[in-house]
Amino acid sequence: MAFQILLNFFLAFVWMFLKVSYDPVTFLVGYFFGLLIIFAFRRFFDSRFYLLRVVAVINLLLIFMRELILSNIAILKVILKPKLDIRPGIFALETELTEDWEITVLSGLITLTPGTLVIDVSDDNRILYIHAMDIGDVDESVSSIKNSFEKAIMEVSK
Amino acid sequence: MIEIIRIIIIVLILIGAFLSLVAAFGVIRLPDVYTRNHAASKAATLGVMSVLLGTFLYFYAEEGHFNSRLILGIIFIFMTSPVAGHLISRAAYNAGVPLADVSVQDDLKTKKGSQVSVNQEKP
Repeated sequence: MAFQILLNFFLAFVWMFLKVSYDPVTFLVGYFFGLLIIFAFRRFFDSRFYLLRVVAVINLLLIFMRELILSNIAILKVILKPKLDIRPGIFALETELTEDWEITVLSGLITLTPGTLVIDVSDDNRILYIHAMDIGDVDESVSSIKNSFEKAIMEVSK
Repeated sequence: MIEIIRIIIIVLILIGAFLSLVAAFGVIRLPDVYTRNHAASKAATLGVMSVLLGTFLYFYAEEGHFNSRLILGIIFIFMTSPVAGHLISRAAYNAGVPLADVSVQDDLKTKKGSQVSVNQEKP
Protein backbone atom coordinates (compact mmCIF):
# COMPACT_ATOMS: atom_id res chain seq x y z
CA MET A 1 0.00 0.00 0.00
CA ALA A 2 2.71 2.48 0.99
CA PHE A 3 4.72 1.48 -2.07
CA GLN A 4 1.79 2.19 -4.38
CA ILE A 5 1.23 5.64 -2.88
CA LEU A 6 4.94 6.42 -3.22
CA LEU A 7 4.89 5.26 -6.84
CA ASN A 8 1.88 7.46 -7.50
CA PHE A 9 3.70 10.52 -6.09
CA PHE A 10 6.71 9.63 -8.22
CA LEU A 11 4.56 9.45 -11.36
CA ALA A 12 3.00 12.82 -10.50
CA PHE A 13 6.48 14.38 -10.22
CA VAL A 14 7.48 12.81 -13.54
CA TRP A 15 4.37 14.41 -15.06
CA MET A 16 5.36 17.81 -13.60
CA PHE A 17 8.85 17.46 -15.10
CA LEU A 18 7.38 16.47 -18.48
CA LYS A 19 5.10 19.52 -18.47
CA VAL A 20 7.82 21.88 -17.08
CA SER A 21 5.21 23.54 -14.85
CA TYR A 22 5.48 23.15 -11.09
CA ASP A 23 2.13 24.21 -9.65
CA PRO A 24 -0.31 22.14 -7.56
CA VAL A 25 -2.82 21.79 -10.41
CA THR A 26 -0.25 20.01 -12.58
CA PHE A 27 0.61 17.81 -9.63
CA LEU A 28 -3.05 16.85 -9.19
CA VAL A 29 -3.44 16.07 -12.90
CA GLY A 30 -0.29 13.94 -12.81
CA TYR A 31 -1.51 12.21 -9.66
CA PHE A 32 -4.77 11.35 -11.42
CA PHE A 33 -2.97 9.92 -14.46
CA GLY A 34 -0.65 7.97 -12.16
CA LEU A 35 -3.72 6.57 -10.44
CA LEU A 36 -5.01 5.34 -13.81
CA ILE A 37 -1.62 3.76 -14.58
CA ILE A 38 -1.47 2.00 -11.21
CA PHE A 39 -5.03 0.77 -11.72
CA ALA A 40 -4.09 -0.61 -15.13
CA PHE A 41 -1.03 -2.40 -13.68
CA ARG A 42 -2.75 -3.56 -10.48
CA ARG A 43 -2.08 -7.27 -11.02
CA PHE A 44 1.69 -6.73 -10.80
CA PHE A 45 1.46 -5.59 -7.16
CA ASP A 46 1.37 -7.88 -4.16
CA SER A 47 -1.40 -6.01 -2.33
CA ARG A 48 -4.73 -4.66 -3.53
CA PHE A 49 -5.26 -1.47 -5.51
CA TYR A 50 -4.71 1.05 -2.74
CA LEU A 51 -7.77 3.21 -3.35
CA LEU A 52 -9.96 0.35 -2.09
CA ARG A 53 -8.12 0.45 1.22
CA VAL A 54 -8.51 4.23 1.43
CA VAL A 55 -12.25 3.77 0.94
CA ALA A 56 -12.27 1.16 3.73
CA VAL A 57 -10.48 3.55 6.12
CA ILE A 58 -13.00 6.32 5.35
CA ASN A 59 -15.81 3.83 5.94
CA LEU A 60 -14.29 2.96 9.34
CA LEU A 61 -14.14 6.65 10.29
CA LEU A 62 -17.81 7.10 9.37
CA ILE A 63 -18.70 4.07 11.53
CA PHE A 64 -16.77 5.68 14.43
CA MET A 65 -18.78 8.91 14.08
CA ARG A 66 -22.12 7.10 13.82
CA GLU A 67 -21.40 4.94 16.88
CA LEU A 68 -20.31 7.97 18.92
CA ILE A 69 -23.62 9.75 18.26
CA LEU A 70 -25.74 6.61 18.81
CA SER A 71 -23.99 5.78 22.09
CA ASN A 72 -24.56 9.30 23.33
CA ILE A 73 -28.27 9.02 22.63
CA ALA A 74 -28.36 5.68 24.48
CA ILE A 75 -26.51 7.12 27.50
CA LEU A 76 -28.86 10.10 27.46
CA LYS A 77 -31.88 7.80 27.63
CA VAL A 78 -30.45 5.79 30.53
CA ILE A 79 -29.43 8.79 32.61
CA LEU A 80 -32.53 10.92 32.11
CA LYS A 81 -34.96 8.05 32.70
CA PRO A 82 -36.72 8.64 36.04
CA LYS A 83 -36.36 5.02 37.18
CA LEU A 84 -32.90 3.47 37.05
CA ASP A 85 -33.45 -0.09 35.79
CA ILE A 86 -30.11 -1.03 34.30
CA ARG A 87 -28.50 -4.45 34.78
CA PRO A 88 -24.75 -4.04 34.28
CA GLY A 89 -22.32 -6.91 33.85
CA ILE A 90 -19.14 -8.13 32.22
CA PHE A 91 -19.06 -10.54 29.30
CA ALA A 92 -16.31 -12.07 27.21
CA LEU A 93 -16.03 -11.64 23.45
CA GLU A 94 -13.78 -13.80 21.34
CA THR A 95 -12.23 -11.94 18.47
CA GLU A 96 -10.66 -13.21 15.27
CA LEU A 97 -8.40 -10.20 14.83
CA THR A 98 -4.71 -10.83 15.43
CA GLU A 99 -2.68 -7.66 14.90
CA ASP A 100 -2.21 -5.29 17.84
CA TRP A 101 -3.48 -2.20 16.03
CA GLU A 102 -6.60 -4.07 14.87
CA ILE A 103 -7.46 -5.00 18.46
CA THR A 104 -6.80 -1.43 19.59
CA VAL A 105 -9.14 -0.06 16.94
CA LEU A 106 -11.76 -2.69 17.77
CA SER A 107 -11.67 -1.86 21.48
CA GLY A 108 -11.92 1.84 20.68
CA LEU A 109 -14.99 1.13 18.56
CA ILE A 110 -16.54 -1.07 21.26
CA THR A 111 -15.94 1.62 23.87
CA LEU A 112 -17.86 4.04 21.69
CA THR A 113 -20.68 1.54 21.03
CA PRO A 114 -23.94 2.14 22.91
CA GLY A 115 -23.67 0.65 26.40
CA THR A 116 -20.35 -1.20 26.21
CA LEU A 117 -16.89 -0.46 27.60
CA VAL A 118 -13.77 -2.61 27.21
CA ILE A 119 -12.26 -3.49 30.59
CA ASP A 120 -9.52 -5.96 29.76
CA VAL A 121 -7.83 -7.76 26.89
CA SER A 122 -6.58 -11.26 27.58
CA ASP A 123 -2.85 -11.87 27.39
CA ASP A 124 -3.01 -13.89 24.17
CA ASN A 125 -5.08 -11.14 22.43
CA ARG A 126 -8.00 -13.49 21.78
CA ILE A 127 -10.68 -12.45 24.26
CA LEU A 128 -11.98 -8.99 25.07
CA TYR A 129 -13.71 -8.47 28.43
CA ILE A 130 -16.49 -5.94 27.99
CA HIS A 131 -18.58 -4.20 30.62
CA ALA A 132 -22.13 -3.75 29.38
CA MET A 133 -24.69 -1.31 30.69
CA ASP A 134 -27.54 -3.75 30.05
CA ILE A 135 -26.47 -7.36 30.13
CA GLY A 136 -29.84 -8.55 28.80
CA ASP A 137 -29.06 -8.12 25.14
CA VAL A 138 -25.51 -9.46 25.14
CA ASP A 139 -26.00 -11.83 22.25
CA GLU A 140 -27.39 -9.07 20.12
CA SER A 141 -24.51 -6.72 20.83
CA VAL A 142 -21.95 -9.49 20.29
CA SER A 143 -23.39 -10.34 16.91
CA SER A 144 -23.59 -6.69 15.89
CA ILE A 145 -19.96 -6.12 16.95
CA LYS A 146 -18.87 -9.20 15.06
CA ASN A 147 -20.79 -8.37 11.92
CA SER A 148 -20.14 -4.70 11.49
CA PHE A 149 -16.93 -3.72 13.28
CA GLU A 150 -14.75 -6.77 12.80
CA LYS A 151 -15.72 -6.92 9.16
CA ALA A 152 -14.94 -3.25 8.63
CA ILE A 153 -11.53 -3.60 10.31
CA MET A 154 -10.73 -6.75 8.33
CA GLU A 155 -11.65 -4.88 5.17
CA VAL A 156 -8.88 -2.39 5.94
CA SER A 157 -6.19 -4.96 6.69
CA LYS A 158 -7.06 -7.43 3.92
CA MET B 1 -26.26 31.69 4.37
CA ILE B 2 -24.51 33.34 7.32
CA GLU B 3 -27.73 33.00 9.33
CA ILE B 4 -27.85 29.24 8.72
CA ILE B 5 -24.24 28.92 9.84
CA ARG B 6 -25.01 30.98 12.96
CA ILE B 7 -27.92 28.67 13.81
CA ILE B 8 -25.67 25.63 13.32
CA ILE B 9 -23.06 27.19 15.64
CA ILE B 10 -25.66 27.90 18.33
CA VAL B 11 -27.09 24.38 18.10
CA LEU B 12 -23.63 22.77 18.28
CA ILE B 13 -22.56 24.72 21.35
CA LEU B 14 -25.88 24.16 23.13
CA ILE B 15 -25.75 20.41 22.38
CA GLY B 16 -22.21 20.27 23.72
CA ALA B 17 -23.15 22.04 26.93
CA PHE B 18 -26.23 19.83 27.34
CA LEU B 19 -24.22 16.63 26.84
CA SER B 20 -21.63 17.74 29.39
CA LEU B 21 -24.45 18.47 31.84
CA VAL B 22 -25.93 15.01 31.23
CA ALA B 23 -22.50 13.45 31.79
CA ALA B 24 -22.30 15.24 35.14
CA PHE B 25 -25.78 13.97 36.07
CA GLY B 26 -24.72 10.47 35.09
CA VAL B 27 -21.65 10.61 37.30
CA ILE B 28 -23.91 11.59 40.21
CA ARG B 29 -26.78 9.18 39.52
CA LEU B 30 -25.29 5.92 38.33
CA PRO B 31 -24.49 3.23 40.92
CA ASP B 32 -20.85 2.15 40.47
CA VAL B 33 -17.51 3.10 38.92
CA TYR B 34 -18.03 1.25 35.66
CA THR B 35 -21.43 2.67 34.76
CA ARG B 36 -20.24 6.15 35.76
CA ASN B 37 -17.33 5.61 33.42
CA HIS B 38 -19.79 4.89 30.61
CA ALA B 39 -21.41 8.28 31.10
CA ALA B 40 -18.19 10.22 31.60
CA SER B 41 -16.24 8.71 28.73
CA LYS B 42 -18.98 8.95 26.10
CA ALA B 43 -21.20 11.93 26.78
CA ALA B 44 -18.33 14.19 27.81
CA THR B 45 -16.37 13.26 24.66
CA LEU B 46 -19.07 14.25 22.22
CA GLY B 47 -19.94 17.28 24.36
CA VAL B 48 -16.43 18.72 24.25
CA MET B 49 -16.08 17.80 20.59
CA SER B 50 -19.21 19.65 19.54
CA VAL B 51 -18.31 22.71 21.64
CA LEU B 52 -14.91 22.80 19.92
CA LEU B 53 -16.53 22.33 16.50
CA GLY B 54 -18.93 25.20 17.22
CA THR B 55 -16.02 27.43 18.28
CA PHE B 56 -14.12 26.52 15.12
CA LEU B 57 -17.11 27.34 12.91
CA TYR B 58 -17.67 30.63 14.76
CA PHE B 59 -14.15 31.91 14.19
CA TYR B 60 -14.17 30.63 10.59
CA ALA B 61 -17.52 32.18 9.65
CA GLU B 62 -17.41 35.46 11.59
CA GLU B 63 -13.74 36.37 11.46
CA GLY B 64 -12.49 34.34 8.49
CA HIS B 65 -9.86 32.74 10.72
CA PHE B 66 -9.16 29.05 10.05
CA ASN B 67 -7.92 27.77 13.39
CA SER B 68 -6.42 24.35 12.77
CA ARG B 69 -5.56 23.86 16.45
CA LEU B 70 -9.25 23.34 17.23
CA ILE B 71 -9.41 20.58 14.59
CA LEU B 72 -6.32 18.97 16.12
CA GLY B 73 -7.93 19.26 19.56
CA ILE B 74 -11.07 17.50 18.31
CA ILE B 75 -8.99 14.67 16.82
CA PHE B 76 -6.87 14.26 19.96
CA ILE B 77 -9.91 14.14 22.27
CA PHE B 78 -11.56 11.64 19.95
CA MET B 79 -8.47 9.42 20.02
CA THR B 80 -7.59 9.61 23.71
CA SER B 81 -10.84 9.62 25.67
CA PRO B 82 -11.91 6.00 24.93
CA VAL B 83 -8.43 4.86 25.97
CA ALA B 84 -8.69 6.90 29.17
CA GLY B 85 -12.06 5.35 29.98
CA HIS B 86 -10.68 1.87 29.34
CA LEU B 87 -7.61 2.44 31.53
CA ILE B 88 -9.61 3.89 34.43
CA SER B 89 -12.08 1.00 34.49
CA ARG B 90 -9.26 -1.55 34.10
CA ALA B 91 -7.37 0.00 37.00
CA ALA B 92 -10.57 -0.01 39.07
CA TYR B 93 -11.17 -3.68 38.29
CA ASN B 94 -7.62 -4.69 39.10
CA ALA B 95 -7.82 -2.77 42.37
CA GLY B 96 -10.85 -4.89 43.28
CA VAL B 97 -13.66 -2.34 43.07
CA PRO B 98 -16.93 -4.32 43.20
CA LEU B 99 -19.68 -4.03 40.61
CA ALA B 100 -23.13 -2.78 41.57
CA ASP B 101 -25.77 -5.51 41.07
CA VAL B 102 -24.09 -7.75 38.61
CA SER B 103 -26.17 -10.28 36.77
CA VAL B 104 -23.49 -12.00 34.67
CA GLN B 105 -19.85 -11.70 35.52
CA ASP B 106 -18.11 -13.82 32.99
CA ASP B 107 -14.58 -15.10 32.52
CA LEU B 108 -12.97 -11.99 33.88
CA LYS B 109 -13.54 -13.28 37.41
CA THR B 110 -11.88 -16.62 36.68
CA LYS B 111 -9.09 -14.83 34.87
CA LYS B 112 -8.59 -12.56 37.86
CA GLY B 113 -8.54 -15.61 40.15
CA SER B 114 -5.72 -17.14 38.11
CA GLN B 115 -3.84 -13.84 38.21
CA VAL B 116 -4.13 -13.71 41.98
CA SER B 117 -2.77 -17.24 42.27
CA VAL B 118 0.13 -16.29 40.01
CA ASN B 119 0.81 -13.28 42.22
CA GLN B 120 0.77 -15.50 45.28
CA GLU B 121 3.28 -17.84 43.74
CA LYS B 122 5.73 -15.07 42.95
CA PRO B 123 6.80 -13.95 46.46
